Amino acid sequence: MPEITYAQAISEATCLIMGKDPSVVLMGIGVDYSSGVFGTTTEAYKKFGSERVIDTPAMENALTGIAIGSATVGVRPILVHARNDFMFLALDQILNVSAKWNYMFNGNAGTLPIIIRAIIGRGWGQGATHSQSIQSVLAHFPGLRVVMPSNPTDAKGMLLSAWQSSDPIVILEHRSLFDIKGEVESGMALTNLELSKVVCEGSDLTIVATSVCVHESVLIAQALKPLGVSIEVVDLRSIQPIDRSTILESVKKTGRLLIYDTSWVNFGVGAEIAAIVAESDLMNLKSPVVRVGQLGVPAPVSKPLEDQHYPTYESVMAIVQKMMARKITETKSIPSITNDFQGPY
Amino acid sequence: MGSGQELLECYIKMIKIRAFEEKVALEYPSGKMRTPTHLGIGQEAIAVGVLSQREPTDVVFSHHRCHNHFLASGGSPYSLFCELLGRVDGCSGGRGGSVHLVDRSVNFLGSSPILTQAVAFAAGAAFAFKLRKQQRAALVFFGDAAFEEGTMWETFNFSVLHKLPVLFVCENNLYSTESSLEKRAPINTSFTEKSRAFGIFASTCDGNDVEEVSKHSRAAFEHLKSGRGPYLLECLTYRTREHVGPSFDYDLKRSYRSKDEILKWTIKCPIIKTGDILKRVYGFTESELSSINKQESKAIDDIFNLAENSSFPSLGTHFDHLYGTAIKGQ
Repeated sequence: MPEITYAQAISEATCLIMGKDPSVVLMGIGVDYSSGVFGTTTEAYKKFGSERVIDTPAMENALTGIAIGSATVGVRPILVHARNDFMFLALDQILNVSAKWNYMFNGNAGTLPIIIRAIIGRGWGQGATHSQSIQSVLAHFPGLRVVMPSNPTDAKGMLLSAWQSSDPIVILEHRSLFDIKGEVESGMALTNLELSKVVCEGSDLTIVATSVCVHESVLIAQALKPLGVSIEVVDLRSIQPIDRSTILESVKKTGRLLIYDTSWVNFGVGAEIAAIVAESDLMNLKSPVVRVGQLGVPAPVSKPLEDQHYPTYESVMAIVQKMMARKITETKSIPSITNDFQGPY
Repeated sequence: MGSGQELLECYIKMIKIRAFEEKVALEYPSGKMRTPTHLGIGQEAIAVGVLSQREPTDVVFSHHRCHNHFLASGGSPYSLFCELLGRVDGCSGGRGGSVHLVDRSVNFLGSSPILTQAVAFAAGAAFAFKLRKQQRAALVFFGDAAFEEGTMWETFNFSVLHKLPVLFVCENNLYSTESSLEKRAPINTSFTEKSRAFGIFASTCDGNDVEEVSKHSRAAFEHLKSGRGPYLLECLTYRTREHVGPSFDYDLKRSYRSKDEILKWTIKCPIIKTGDILKRVYGFTESELSSINKQESKAIDDIFNLAENSSFPSLGTHFDHLYGTAIKGQ
């Protein structure tokens, strides 16, 4: 299988879809730039031109409504937000309309298969309004699909599946993942939009992680394995609907649960997962559930403050050791994959 | 309007809609229709006039005061009664209620109550028609308060930029819930002029005169179909009932507008106006017109009875249509 980056995987899926389906259009700020939203839309623009790859004015809410209106007469729009924070302006159309359309009209108004790609930022002083992670807000509303691909295979597969699905979907990509590489099957290799995936099997502790957090979790599992600590890492993948059974099965096996998410912990994905476990018939966990995420403040720009704002390999490792009641000396420091990002945006 | 046949057709359509809304107003206090309802009584000429000029392939969107547009598009009064009564035969299966109506068979593609949502939908449908080089247009009805929302102007800009075949129909009835226009816009504000500043072709008409609305709409559709971009039609009108519900404001002692003002506009009723023209210009008699009235009221009563005897949705259907089928994959 060819090895390609996360960005290339998104680009490949986009071109595949647009080649197969003339009703697909790609819209958003910067989709026709030579830089093409971190290289994800450049090929599509070359292949399909300005009629189907459309740079739009700054009009997030109206554009989403326009995408919805176009979908009612058979267009399949893909909207792109270079930062998910700008998409906040479109929440009326996303939450009040797209999430409800099929249900509220009892199926009589048709489905609304709109795809929204939105990118999460982190680090390099992107600050309070360019580094948020909106998954738990979106997932609160029934009817919307919300997914977070953590690797090139899923970045491609989720976009392809979104195109095959009849539901509105928000795909939250992470800026720090765009350059990571992986072997990706060519052609229509779909990713299931409702199932989480055990990416690393273990028996002592479960880490349920989202997006970029999956990578640090796997590194921790790998580092602890030779020391006799067996970590199971579950890549959550789909936030809404959420895959209860994979989570419960894993925690049943390990008896310990840590949730590592890209956003703040309060009212977040971790809260939902902890509640799923608390409401289940699982009794007597070996350690209290721990949620890990951004500090509960807006992300500061200043480097020393920003460094403290996000969990790191070392800080998560320390939590894992505490949960295991094990002190393993000499945790090797490793560079985070989020550290190499140097802007401009 | 030639022999008056076209005008008579508009008259009958307005009568049908009025009879429907009056029936809702009559039955509403009994509590059978458990859905906040915005009656369109007094504004029928806009829906009927504009839609008399559309091709069946042109698509329609609407806002919260949408019964007029649904019915004038050809939506079935039975399915609308059922919707208001929460019945399974409702146009939205009883799930949507008064403000979430749809009938794709007549290209009424949806109503949406949060201001300007549907304005963007119409531009989106027009965008699709332009993309496919289809000779179709999209139209949307909304109230004057839509001009207070940012999405309005975003949509205007995009529609002009891409020369979209979309007809924006503003039903300017002077009030947004109980807030008068004077409280919401600087004095002498003209929505028509504001729209022109965005590069939109725009005109103003008497929204209580179905002939004038039709005439302006004809010009508007010609404009759209010739590929010259969007058109805004501002129709000046008035709702005679309260913002939401069946009553008259003065009966509920609301002070935001006077009984005199409401009665003044009641005299300017589009149905009375059209009836006068049919009699004066085209020689129809009072008894001919009143027999139409009686006939339509009777028909509406019968349809309501049928709807009242229809079924509620079955329990256990709660999760239907929430998500489509899950996609297989690794």
